[in-house]
Amino acid sequence: MTEANGVNPDKDLNAENLPGSRGDQGEPIRVQRGMFGANNGGDTSGYGGLVRPVRLPGPASRPYGGWFDEVADELEGALEEQSLVPENAIEKTVVDRDELTFHIAREHLPRVARTLRDDPALRFELCTGVSGVHFPGDKGRELHAVYHLRSITHNRLIRLEVSVPDSDPHLPSIVDVYPTNDWHEREAYDFFGLIFDGHPALTRIMMPDDWQGFPQRKDYPLGGIPVEYKGAQIPAPDQRRSYS
Amino acid sequence: MSATHATPSASTRETTEGTVYTVTGGDWDEVVAAASRADDERIIVNMGPQHPSTHGVLRLILEIDGETVTEARCGIGYLHTGIEKNLEFRNWTQGTTFVTRMDYLTPFYNEAAYCLGVEKLLGIEDQVPDRASVIRVMLMELNRLSSHLVAIATGGMELGATTIMIYGFRDREMILDIFELITGLRMNHAYIRPGGLAQDLPPGAVDQVRAFVKKMRKNLPEYDKLATGNPIFKARLQDVGYLDLAGCMALGITGPILRATGLPHDLRKAQPYCGYETYDFDVPTADTCDAYGRFLIRLEEMRQSLRIVEQCLDRLAPGPVMVEDKKIAWPAQLSLGPDGLGNSLDHIKKIMGTSMEALIHHFKLVTEGFRVPPGQTYTAVESPKGELGVHMVSDGGTRPFRVHFRDPSFTNLQSVAAMCEGGQVADVIVAVASIDPVMGGVDR
Repeated sequence: MTEANGVNPDKDLNAENLPGSRGDQGEPIRVQRGMFGANNGGDTSGYGGLVRPVRLPGPASRPYGGWFDEVADELEGALEEQSLVPENAIEKTVVDRDELTFHIAREHLPRVARTLRDDPALRFELCTGVSGVHFPGDKGRELHAVYHLRSITHNRLIRLEVSVPDSDPHLPSIVDVYPTNDWHEREAYDFFGLIFDGHPALTRIMMPDDWQGFPQRKDYPLGGIPVEYKGAQIPAPDQRRSYS
Repeated sequence: MSATHATPSASTRETTEGTVYTVTGGDWDEVVAAASRADDERIIVNMGPQHPSTHGVLRLILEIDGETVTEARCGIGYLHTGIEKNLEFRNWTQGTTFVTRMDYLTPFYNEAAYCLGVEKLLGIEDQVPDRASVIRVMLMELNRLSSHLVAIATGGMELGATTIMIYGFRDREMILDIFELITGLRMNHAYIRPGGLAQDLPPGAVDQVRAFVKKMRKNLPEYDKLATGNPIFKARLQDVGYLDLAGCMALGITGPILRATGLPHDLRKAQPYCGYETYDFDVPTADTCDAYGRFLIRLEEMRQSLRIVEQCLDRLAPGPVMVEDKKIAWPAQLSLGPDGLGNSLDHIKKIMGTSMEALIHHFKLVTEGFRVPPGQTYTAVESPKGELGVHMVSDGGTRPFRVHFRDPSFTNLQSVAAMCEGGQVADVIVAVASIDPVMGGVDR
């Protein structure tokens, strides 16, 4: 079985000998181990040693398709007019599942949002708020703030994504561009500890004012108590066997 | 010791029981004069969270000067149940059971928005059978009727118009009966599932919906007779809770409040889902920007919903109600037994007795669930209150990594300050009722 160069092809881990993996461009967010992803108990399938990184969809390259190119061109042009290098503001552009996402550098978020709202060719007049996501596996950019902007004028929807590290969870508030984000940013602060600098009153909104911690972060436990049902103990939801 | 406490208005004397202070009046004239200089009609009223006219546990903090509201603030979070966090600890199919409880007056919209999101992440939007989509649309439109009926009924009750309340709940009860027949529950159905529906329509459902449409067509004009032209009703609603288009855009307001400014923005027309582009219906608008306009829009939307329900009934063709893909479709064959709804005995006989593969398949799908490729999506539906959006992130696992509901009630409630400040205290009730917030959706 040994080839001329003395390497068994079954054990050659050079990239060209491995099966291609989908979406190997995006950030790895976690590592999948084993065949079934069980969180406890043995993997008796014989595939327990499988290790596979899970990545989010990676950056897209032009053309993006449909009206996506038009919006990207307009945005880049409008930013250049304000003597801002688009590559500095837009870290990357992702097209996935027919949705367009601009990853924005946090210091440029208010400028980009204002441009998207005010430029007549863009005119994203409705912001549907901000949603936080906590990726403990996305090192150095654990906390993501995700904004969805809707243009009623042009009937379009885009997504802005801003990433900040756990150690420095600051990003500028866009309440003065989209006043609707007042409560949404308070909610993202309440649940994720994202600090929106410039927000008029960044206080907790759902949890009690004296609450400790940020409940929607992945390292915050769900809590819960075991329940007895027909004589058997059912563990709390976060203690049950689970698969990933 | 007694000497240190004695003042001109409080003399002391020693008795066998100890020191006794005789307190007489202070200089009351001075106090009264100081109080009148402050012109202090301003008080802060805490309305709620337990108050029947605040739609659940909404807390309004009003600063009022006489009868005028100078500042209005909302306190929310009293019904926060951590549904979004809990979803991360259940598999994708179990999610519907949670989201249906968010805005409990529009359960089918929560379920539909959630399931459309899961289907988009899975890339199976085109595989959802037609029959499932038609039934989804029918249930959503019936749900729009029941939600608007509650909005109008409670809004009327808060004005003292209890007849409207009785009428509204009477008609809503017929819709809840239909829901109970179809899903088994009046509320919290968990009937719409990723990939389709939990089960097909039961026998008799179509007839009951048809009978309801006929009855409702007769009942709807009663609201017109009772309220639309009623001078007292109009006097209470007109020019109250004013919010124009610029205000709606800035505050992200959608739904009847936005359409009352004259903008016919409706996601069913703008970004159709579930085949809404094939239905024939109008988007009513008003140009009054006030609570009365919103009331008229809700009435007209109910008529349009009846139109859509009729079209659904006409195009219901026999067929499956779940995707073909057995890796996603929940492996249940439900039937009604003596102990309630459960897996049919035939199905259990098959998987236990004849097909080991079916048993393994069933076991894995139910215990592990299906995997959803990593990525994120935003899906939005036009709920009776406005844009109900779901931001959903998958990490490739069997459970949602993050689900965020952009509930329209949450966003719309931000307009309370804009609508109420400068108005009368009594108009706060009308303005809040015209927003139609449901705290289950606001707090989630």
